[in-house]
This record gives sequence, structure tokens and C-alpha cells, in this order.
Amino acid sequence: MNDMSNDSYVTEDGRTIGGVVMEMKNITLRFGGVKAITDISFDIREGEIRAIIGPNGAGKSSMLNVISGFYVPQEGEVWYKGRKRPPMKPYEVAQQGIARTFQNIALFEGMTVLDNVMTGRIRQMQAGLLSQALWRGKAEREEIENRAQVEKIIDFLEIQHIRKTPVGRLPYGLKKRVELARALAAEPSILLLDEPMAGMNVEEKEDMSRFILDVNDEFGTTIALIEHDMGVVMDLSDRVVVMDYGKKIGDGTPSEVRSNQAVIDAYLGVAHD
Amino acid sequence: MAQSSQAAGGLMSIPALLQRNATLFADKDAYREKEFGIWQRWTWAETEKEIEALALGFINLGVSEGDFIAIIGRNRPHFYWSMVAAQSVGAVPVPVYQDSASEEMEYILAHCGAKYAVVEDQEQVDKIIDIQEHLHQFEHMIYVDPRGLRKYDHHALHRFTDIQEQGRASYYEWIEDLKGRREKLDYDSTCVMLYTSGTTGKPKGVVLSNRNVVESAKNSSEFDNLRQEEEILSYLPMAWVGDFIFSIGQAYWCGFCVNCPESAETMMTDLREIGPTYFFAPPRVFETQLTNVMIRMEDAGKFKRRMFLHFLEFAKKVGGRILDGKPVSLGERLKYGLGNLLVYGPLKDTLGYGRIRVGYTAGEAIGPEIFDFYRSLGINLKQLYGQTEATVFITAQPDGEVRADTVGVPSPDVELRITEEGRIYYRSPGVFVEYYKNPESTADTKDAEGWVDTGDAGFIEEGSGHLRIIDRAKDVGKMADGSMFAPKYVENKLKFYPDILEVVLFGNGRDRCVAFINIDLSAVGNWAERNNIAYASYQELAGHPRVLDTIQEHVEAVNKSVAEDPMLSGCQIHRFVVLHKELDADDGELTRTRKVRRAIIADKFNDIVEALYDGSDKISTETEVTYEDGRKGSIKATLDIRDAKVVQVASKVAAE
Repeated sequence: MNDMSNDSYVTEDGRTIGGVVMEMKNITLRFGGVKAITDISFDIREGEIRAIIGPNGAGKSSMLNVISGFYVPQEGEVWYKGRKRPPMKPYEVAQQGIARTFQNIALFEGMTVLDNVMTGRIRQMQAGLLSQALWRGKAEREEIENRAQVEKIIDFLEIQHIRKTPVGRLPYGLKKRVELARALAAEPSILLLDEPMAGMNVEEKEDMSRFILDVNDEFGTTIALIEHDMGVVMDLSDRVVVMDYGKKIGDGTPSEVRSNQAVIDAYLGVAHD
Repeated sequence: MAQSSQAAGGLMSIPALLQRNATLFADKDAYREKEFGIWQRWTWAETEKEIEALALGFINLGVSEGDFIAIIGRNRPHFYWSMVAAQSVGAVPVPVYQDSASEEMEYILAHCGAKYAVVEDQEQVDKIIDIQEHLHQFEHMIYVDPRGLRKYDHHALHRFTDIQEQGRASYYEWIEDLKGRREKLDYDSTCVMLYTSGTTGKPKGVVLSNRNVVESAKNSSEFDNLRQEEEILSYLPMAWVGDFIFSIGQAYWCGFCVNCPESAETMMTDLREIGPTYFFAPPRVFETQLTNVMIRMEDAGKFKRRMFLHFLEFAKKVGGRILDGKPVSLGERLKYGLGNLLVYGPLKDTLGYGRIRVGYTAGEAIGPEIFDFYRSLGINLKQLYGQTEATVFITAQPDGEVRADTVGVPSPDVELRITEEGRIYYRSPGVFVEYYKNPESTADTKDAEGWVDTGDAGFIEEGSGHLRIIDRAKDVGKMADGSMFAPKYVENKLKFYPDILEVVLFGNGRDRCVAFINIDLSAVGNWAERNNIAYASYQELAGHPRVLDTIQEHVEAVNKSVAEDPMLSGCQIHRFVVLHKELDADDGELTRTRKVRRAIIADKFNDIVEALYDGSDKISTETEVTYEDGRKGSIKATLDIRDAKVVQVASKVAAE
């Protein structure tokens, strides 16, 4: 399962998982003298839901930031779609089709839900400043096309009723959903979710899980997510990477990971040397 | 028969009306639905094509005449089309409440032996798959929204658009069959079967013929002078007879446009965008809107608030009279005009009532203050009284004769009879054919001459000829001292307070009355916020001493007003408890149309009822609750029991 082969496989619930789309090779990330990530390698396959889990401070968010190009690791290589990725600005990574959500929600609070989601389409808008200002020709056409696309996502995530509501007035669970909508609006090939269920109640978690599964199913989006909640991760993911103190201590299907002694120790607590 | 068919111009079925509309109103909108943020529209000509394609698809799938097709979903054009398509092929549509739990659905589908179901989405598909092994006759399921369903086994599961596509592809194979089946439909063929939720026992399938539906639609449309230009918003459950009559019966008779909201949550926004001219809502909707308006006005600036209150006060005096065409002085008219410019007009627009010509409320009694509020704004809100077995209409209020405490005069072609005990019977062309597979109940309800027992008690008012309803006849009882016990009368008085959502009165056969009360979370929650009262849950808020104080004031005020009625003075509330949970249809405490099921509540909360009578001031209880997904849990609570002051009627009379 964990070899580097490019063969596709079929999951228990009948989804076909493709070959490797992204590969992390021996990544090490340091902040000054602190090693956040030590020599970690894993891959993400096309169409799968890949989770990165671990206790607090394990380096999960740093890992996600490496994938999104926000951090450039001191050692190791990131391979994307069969090519080695040079150090990049986050917007360049976005242009390659990688979109993300944030742990602490980074939406424009004063703007409506609709406008926030529209910002996710920025990559698809090419009309010039003048055309935009005059609202003729290309700009108008583009806006209509993009709005139609955004409306599909609004419908998909069932947020029609808050379409015109400023984001600042929304409860937490809905903000998370709006953030997911904005990431989806970019039509990403890989979607990175940073703790999508953090701070949610059981019902909101169930809703979010359903949306994540539906996104994966409907759009075939590859999803990499970081999560605290073990139960949710085990139900959602196809494969799980477990990190502890910046190191990878497990990698495999949820059932493999669950029976891994190192993982059990990390979660239940064993004295570290 | 010959006479009535002539009356309806030879149009003896809904599919026949569709054919007429497709020619007569070809370019006029028949359906609109907000989807992807835009109002999508279908003209009558397009609608006819959509329904034809679906009907051909049904035949292609193997639907035979007389088959039952369950329709399960929220108000969408697709489901209205499904009903008419089912009728076109000679099948019987059976709309089912989409929030029914699996067991309820299983009962209905098994009872009518439905072979097919048209459902909305994955949720409904899953529900039916769960119960499918108990439904031996069930064959195919058709869904509208494909999300999440791609990997399901599609041997007996079809997408709505695919069925239409197959219908179009097999046009020449089946079109003659379709025409033949359509032409066979007459006044006696079944139009629809609707299951009544019933406050007791299992649901019953009410069979309505084309005669019932077309005649009722015709009569009621003429009564209110409904035209082709009307706009309605369809948001009430499709399984309810009212929606069937408004959105199909009257819509097809008059040819007006049915607008479907984007989702249940956007209903208020969609209402404002459409601005219906003909509107129907249960009292609850009007109450909620009024509460919202008042809450928002609390937050408005001082000047605006004073202006609002001033003109509202003025409208109460004048508005209703203007609407009824009674004499009003010129000065008052001018001031009302100014009020319309500054307050009433903008308010009506905000509510989405700017264009209403005819509005109805029914199902439950409406609070007089709420009723008068809307009428004073110039909204022609009226009351009607009806039931599924009558194809809705029994009585209705004509324009100019509208009052909060009556339900109007008999609708056209309806005969009323009231027995000595006050039980109401009626006979009309709308009287249902039968309860499906239940001849005993049919015989109990409908006699050989066609008179139907409403089960309600009431009387015709002297002078006006309007009907007044007292209560469900079976709920009206006697107290231990022989005086009349009419729970609904007292409950409604209490429910007119915005902070009280539901009341259940007990006292039949007892020496005094006690009550359960449910607070209205939005109203009480808002009050708590403004008064800096912190609460963590519904339960905590419901048990807050200051909330109990307020409720007690309401109860005592109601006792005073009940005491004024010599017949019902025995129904004053001696003790009450504010319940720790909201009464819910999922727990079987209410029907799906939110009517209280007394027997079930009395049984389930027996310990609390006993505590109300035995004089204890606290009761600890544990209650089982059902979550939306069908799982069960339980909540524990210790409830305070309060004593309320009652008016001693006998001594009061002596004092005077």
C-alpha cells in the first residue's frame, strides 16, 4: 500500500483512486533551531481523502503549509504531478490548482457570503481593469460565467439562505462552510483542509463530513486534511499519516493506523526519551 | 353528472385542465423556482411538454392504470409535474410528508401498496431503501437531486431527467397509450390520495376524485374572484390538502403561476421577491413574522420606533374599517394615506405582502391581535374552515365580513347541519370518496346521504350566520362538577401571547384544570438577551424563575378572561408547569401539521400531570427524545410547579 507505485486501486466503497499526484520526499523544516518536521515522506493519490493527524504540536499545520507552498522546507523535495516543484509563492501554488481553508477562518468579514465565494474565482477572471470598470464585454461575460459556477457551489453546500449575509454575522459552523465554498470555487485539483471540524458540535461535524465526502465524490477532488478528531478522520479518510513531534510514526489505511503501536502510544501517552 | 360536467366546461380532470392552459395561456408562466440564485421559469406550454415527457417515461417504466405513486419532497415544480403526470397515465399520486420518519413512510407506502416513488434526494432514497424489504410490491424509485447517489445500485433507481429522456425517446411507442389513458379520466376517477395525520391512531388515506378537486377549485376561485394573473408562493407541505388545492386545483383551474422557494430557509426572502397576490399561511407564520417585526423595531432608533407605534395605533382604529368598506372620515383617510407612505407600505413590502389581494389563514385559531394587526395594514387576511375530507372548503369569510372569532359562512355548494350537542356536519361536492381500504372509518364519518361529521363542535352565530368553532367535539368534556371542559378555547387564549408556543390543558373529569406550557424560544430568548439573563439551553431558559413569573402573569390574565364566560369559567388554570422540552412531531407529541396529541402527551408525561394534581411544588422527570435521524436519547429535569390565581366565579356574582 505504501510503496511508490503508480497503480490505481479501488476502495471498499467503490471509488477508484488514481496514481500519485503529490509526493513529499524527506521533508525537513526548521524554524531557527527548532525542528518542526523531521525527514518526512508520504504521497497523495489522485481522488483520495488523505488525512494527517497527530497530537498538538506534532507539526501537522507546518506540513500543510509546506504542501501549500507557504513554507519552503530546508531539506527534501515536493513532487507535484510528476515534476519536482521549485520554491514558489503561495499564489503560484494556487495557480497550480491547490486550494485551502484555514484553521482560524480567513474570510472577509464585512463582505457577503456571495462576494467571499466569488473571490475564489479570481484565477478564472482575466478581464482588464478598464473592462471591469466599464462592465462591458469580457468583464460582464466572465462575471456571469463565474457567478453561475459560484451558485452551483452555493447550492451544493446548502448556503442559499445566507447568500447575501455578511460573513461577520454568521455562526462559526457556517463560516467554515463558506470557507470551504470559497476554496471549491477555485476548482482545485487538490483541496487542503486545515482542521475543518475544529470547534464544531457533533451535528456540525456530521454535516461537514458529509460535505467533504460529497465534494470528493461529486467533483473528484483530491482532499488532504488535518484533523484532531480521530473518530472523524478514521471514518472519512482512505489513508492516514500520523505525526508526532515532527516525525512520521505511522502511515496507512485507518485500520492499519489504528492497530499501530507507535500511534497508540502517541495518543494514549507514553513517556518520551 | 351531466349538469356538473357542464358547469366545469367539460374539463373533468387536472390533465384536461393542463391541455386547456397549454393552449389558452401558452406563453404565461406556470411555474417558477429559484435555483442557483435565479428564478427559473416554465410557461404553460413548456410545462405541458415536461409533464408529457414524464408521463411517457412512466408508461415506459411500466406504470399501469390504478398504480399508486408516492411523491416525497419539498415544493418543487418536479413534484407537481409528477402528480399531474401520474394522473395523466391513470395512476394515483400519493404525496407524503418528506420529514416523516421511516416507520411512518413504511406504513403509508405499505397501506396503499405504492409501486413507485418520486423522491427528492439521497435522504429520501436512503429512507426508502431502509424500509424496502418490508414493501413487497415496491418496484422503482425516481430521484430529482443526484447528489451522493452516483454509486447507488441503479437497477430500480432512476434519475428524474433520465425518465423524461426515456419518455421523449419512446414518444411514438407510447403517445397513443397516453392519450387513451388521459381521455378515460372523468369526474369519478381518483385525482389524488392524501393521508391525514390524525390526532389519534394511524393515518387514513383520503381518496379525492376529480369531481371533488375540480368543483372545489372552481367554487373557491369564483368565491374570491381569483384570476389567471395571481401569483402564489408554494411552501406548505405538499402532502397537505391545502397545498394540493392551491398549487394544483386552483392553479390549474385559473391558470395562475406557482412559485417555489429555493429552500425552506429562504422562504421569507423568496416571499418578498415574488410578492404573491394570493397567499395562504397557518397562524404560526403570521405570528412569527409579527414577532420578528416587533423584535426588530425594539432595535430601531427612537424616532422610527415612535412613528411606527403611533401609526400602528392609528391603523388599528381605521385600517380594518377601510378594508371592510365602512365609512371613514376624510381626515382619517388622509392620515392613513400618510401612514401608508411612511409605515404600512414599507412594512408590507418587507414582509412580502405588498401585493396581496386575498390572504387566508386556517388550521388553527389565530390570535385576534395578530389578525387585526395584518388587517389594519390593509392586508385582506381572512379565515376559512376546512378539512381534507371536504377538499378543504367548509366555510370561508366573504370580503367585508371578516372577524377574528368566526370562520365565515358556508362555502358555495356547501350545506351545514349542526346537531343539538353542537357537532358540525356538512355535505358538498367536495366530500371525499372514501378512506382507502377502510370502509368502517368511511361509514363512521360519512353517512348514506353524504353528510360528513367534522368532529368539531360549534354553533351558527345569530344574525351574521357565521360559524363559530368551540373545539374538537371529542376533546370537549365535562369537569367533575358537570361544567363544560373545552381545552382549545383556553389554550388558544394563552397561545396568543408571543412568548407561549404551545399549551396543553388537562381537566376532563377532574375537579380543576392544570396546564403544560411550552415557551417560544425566539421570543423568550430575545427577551432574555435584552434583560441580561444568561442561559445555556432551552431547558434552563424554560425553568428560569423570571420566565415562570411572566408566564404566571399570562395564565392569571387568561383565567380572568375565561371567568367572564359563564359556560367555561370552570376551565381556569389552577396550576401549571413550563415543560423542559418542546413538544415535537418526531416524538409523536404533535401531528405533522403541529396539532397536539392529547392522549399521547397525557400518557407520556403522566408523572408530571399527577404532580400537578397532588399539590407537590416540584417534579423530577426523565423524558425520551427522538433526534432527527431517528436515534433516541433522554433528558432529565426537575420542574417547578406554580399555582395560579383563579377568579371565584360564584362569589364574584354574589358581590355584584
